[in-house]
Amino acid sequence: MINFTYTVWILVIPFLMFIFLGLAGHKIGPKLSGLLGTGALAVITALSYITAYYYFFATPKTAETFKAIVAANSTWLQLTDKLHIDLGVLLDPISVMMLIVVTTVSLMVHIYSTGYMKGERGYERFFAFLSLFTFSMLGLVIAPNIFQMYIFWELVGVSSYLLIGFYYEKPSAVAASKKAFIVTRFADLGFLVGILLLSFHTKTFDFITLTDPSGPAIAMAGGASFMGLSVITWSMIFVYMGGVGKSAMFPFHIWLPDAMEGPTPVSALIHAATMVVAGVYLVARMFPVYALAAPVALNVVAYVGAFSSLFAAIIACTQTDIKRVLAYSTISQIGYMMLALGVSGYGGHEGLGYMASMFHLFTHAMFKALLFLGAGAIIHAVHTNLMTEMGGLRKYLPITHLTFLIACLTIAGIPPFSGFFSKDEILAAAFNHNKFLFAVEYAVAGLTAFYMFRLYFNVFWGKETQYNHTPHEAPFSMTIPLIILALASMFTGFIPFNKLVTSNGQAFESGIEWGVAIPSVLIGLLGIGIAFIMYRKETSIPEKLAATFKYGYKWAYNKFYIDELYIFVTKKIIFRYISEPIAWFDRHIIDGTMNSIATVTQVISFRIRKFQSGQLQQYAFVFVSGVILLSVLMIYVWYW
Amino acid sequence: MRHELLLAVAAMLILIAEIFTSPARRKSINLFAITLFAIITIAGFIPVKPVGALFGGMYVSTNVATLMKNILNIGVLLILIQSVTWLKKDENADRVSEYFMLIMSTLIGMDFMISAGHFLMFYIGLELATIPVAALAAFERYKNKSAEAGIKLILTSSLSSGILLYGLSMIYGTTGSLYFYEVSRLFTGSSLQILGFIFFFAGMAFKISIVPFHLWTADVYEGAPVNITSFLSVISKGAAIFIFVIILYSVFPVIMATWQKTILVTSILTMTIGNLFAIRQQNIKRFLAFSSISQAGYILVGMIGGSQLGMASVIYYILVYIFSNLGAFGVVIAISNATGKENIDDYNGLYKTNPRLSLIMTLALFSLAGIPPVAGFFGKFFLFAAAAEKGFYFLVLVAVFNTIISLYYYLLVVKAMFINKNDDPITSFRSDFPTRSALLICVAGIFITGFASVIFEVIKEISFGN
Repeated sequence: MINFTYTVWILVIPFLMFIFLGLAGHKIGPKLSGLLGTGALAVITALSYITAYYYFFATPKTAETFKAIVAANSTWLQLTDKLHIDLGVLLDPISVMMLIVVTTVSLMVHIYSTGYMKGERGYERFFAFLSLFTFSMLGLVIAPNIFQMYIFWELVGVSSYLLIGFYYEKPSAVAASKKAFIVTRFADLGFLVGILLLSFHTKTFDFITLTDPSGPAIAMAGGASFMGLSVITWSMIFVYMGGVGKSAMFPFHIWLPDAMEGPTPVSALIHAATMVVAGVYLVARMFPVYALAAPVALNVVAYVGAFSSLFAAIIACTQTDIKRVLAYSTISQIGYMMLALGVSGYGGHEGLGYMASMFHLFTHAMFKALLFLGAGAIIHAVHTNLMTEMGGLRKYLPITHLTFLIACLTIAGIPPFSGFFSKDEILAAAFNHNKFLFAVEYAVAGLTAFYMFRLYFNVFWGKETQYNHTPHEAPFSMTIPLIILALASMFTGFIPFNKLVTSNGQAFESGIEWGVAIPSVLIGLLGIGIAFIMYRKETSIPEKLAATFKYGYKWAYNKFYIDELYIFVTKKIIFRYISEPIAWFDRHIIDGTMNSIATVTQVISFRIRKFQSGQLQQYAFVFVSGVILLSVLMIYVWYW
Repeated sequence: MRHELLLAVAAMLILIAEIFTSPARRKSINLFAITLFAIITIAGFIPVKPVGALFGGMYVSTNVATLMKNILNIGVLLILIQSVTWLKKDENADRVSEYFMLIMSTLIGMDFMISAGHFLMFYIGLELATIPVAALAAFERYKNKSAEAGIKLILTSSLSSGILLYGLSMIYGTTGSLYFYEVSRLFTGSSLQILGFIFFFAGMAFKISIVPFHLWTADVYEGAPVNITSFLSVISKGAAIFIFVIILYSVFPVIMATWQKTILVTSILTMTIGNLFAIRQQNIKRFLAFSSISQAGYILVGMIGGSQLGMASVIYYILVYIFSNLGAFGVVIAISNATGKENIDDYNGLYKTNPRLSLIMTLALFSLAGIPPVAGFFGKFFLFAAAAEKGFYFLVLVAVFNTIISLYYYLLVVKAMFINKNDDPITSFRSDFPTRSALLICVAGIFITGFASVIFEVIKEISFGN
């Protein structure tokens, strides 16, 4: 048995780096800060890969099953005899996989940022925050109990807030960071309620106990009910609400597109590859409970995922800001993962969806980070986010062009790139379980290919655009991560996930289901073909189409007016009819009470000041009187 | 016993060192003495066979006593480091070794007191811990206020010692022994014994500044040099609380109901009066003096349950309190050394000119007020939990109310530093290395004692109670 205690360092190193860069960053200068931050990350990446190797290949399996290993654990707060909050490290297939995802993408983003952020003010601060984020995200994935996960979940939210608002002089960035924080925080309220409900009824926070098929959580499936659903179902729905917020699923998706105000490497790291999949990870972490005790909650997961993926894909077809297209594409792809979990069963081939979801999470992290970093390189070269102001860039940015093309083919699901494999598994899982959801996802696959290649053709082909100064390829520090991630996107599809990451830890047989794969490749090619016709050269087809479906287009272009709806509900209804009366009550009743307490305190303290006269005789008098009074009180008055 | 022996040796070494240094080089004694003391502090943590008795049981060594001494050592070390700048002033330069000598003598007294197994040993320790402090309070004898502080301390403390001895004589008269274990066995709770106990209680209450035996506190704290004020408010108080809790738990379990009632009354008075006075203070030292009175009230709340959790929470709180209060005092000392200003109004706009000092001060005050996530929050939480565990809900309620009041005046200082405008703010200055390192240790302590739950677990492990 290998001792995994060293995995604690995976958490400690980025945390120390954050403290160090935060305190001393401005003293050691940008160059060293960047180098140190990246170096520290390289170390923990290496540690993560070693851990993954040992976990998957060098630890003997018991009964053909990957067991969860608690590598470190210490009690932090003892609430009752049974219920305690621990801090520790849990290794199981999904947490080890997430270690790889988070450290890999984070390392790429670190390297990329040394070039991308060069010369920015607050360069050291940027790296300090990146370290903080990495620390929080890693703490989240290796949490052995739901409470630690919640703590790091919030920390992730904070670091995301700090990084979206990195350009804090820009009002739009400030607004976006606030929006992201408030929306996700609101969703986290649900998560907290879920945790409290769950722990109150099961008396534990521990994941291993919670997800044990014969444990207290799953045994409660038929317990007390409210509105026809069991307590466990309710708590799982609440827990899922937190996941909906972090993973930007409908209806809490509104913060993600705005979050693109942050520096592009941040979008790649946090808002594409790692943090936003935390919701998926959460559901996967609690999956046995969903699958065995709360099928209704699991259906909620499936339908929310499916709806979000369709909804976001439609919006993505109309956006012109390249980062926003990618943001909606992220929502859509995460919807896929949620759906895959939602249609999955527990154990064996039934758990195909679970495996597919984790598989897609993995491949998506690679190619979506690649897309964002590529977009960063494009923006770096032409200083605009709008694809309408771009065109013909393939000549100027050869490496970016090639890697971006690979990423587009991957996300469109064209074999043999990784996206093909993972998406195929998802579609197969959906097909086996629910034909309606399959149809939705099938359509989304076509839309995905279309909007990605719309982006690709617009940027790299399309009309010849005159640039103020000739765009030039990004420096090596930026292109190397692109190349590495492109290689990852091409080849990670061949990783046998069905042997490694499964719902119950046991390997099962699964191959490409050609009956699903061929149509899905065909619809992908169809989407690419339409994009080719419309955007390869400058044509009038897009305008005509937009004019024909004027209202539909406008509706989608304005993101179905969800943001406006939110503003209406919050400002017009909640603020006016709920907040204002509360504010009045607070200002007049609460504050009034408090103020009068304060006044009374002040008056008394003024009255008694004479006791403190500076006269020793008086002090002695008070002292002796105190002794006498206490004695009388204790001996004659209050002696029982 | 090693604590006392090492300290005695160190004190003598310092005296000898003074003889062999020329007056011009007296300042180098600072480094020598602090190094010595740091070694003693570290040596205190080396595990040796801890349990045993000496002098026919008058001196007993236990795990808890060792832990308490170690905690006091940490606090004294911080205070010594914080004193360096002040000791380097010309008017103090020729009395440096006296300063260290006196501090170490007090500490020896405290250590004996904590390890006492007999009331006479306890009393000798208590006096040894008090008389040198009076000399220290009058250290700046060219200042009227400092001299006044010294004389007030010695006069009032002789009164309280008299009462305490009177109480002990009654206990001796009724039980025929002064050994702790004998007294606890023979104590019956007769009226005369309770009277003796109340007298004893008053003597201890004087040291801990419990209302109504606290009146000396403000004058002495204000007049004494700042380092001595911080010593009085943290170390003297901490040591007295340590031995008080040991004696209450081990000698007087028979009359637990009585001392619980006594504590109930006095702790409510202490918290409330301390807070009410603190609100009105303008001088930051007086302000911290009254805040430390109310802190003693909260500590009484933790003590009242008489349980293992109660003792653990008290010891833990003292540890937290050392870091928090010395953090606050460290800032006050730094500012007082650099500018001589000691009023809260002078702190207006401090954040603009000295942001780091302001942040440390804020952190320390937050910890004193008990705002999460700093250590003070956990400290208060355990104190109140210990009282609630034994059903003292009303007391906990009063304590929580008082915490709110205290938050108000702690925030007044924070407001002064961050929000209030000032035409003539304290100029931006950089403190020297010792001051900065002491502050850094305090900040680290405030966080680490809060987050590392191991510390509390260890303390709880070796505490005892009924």
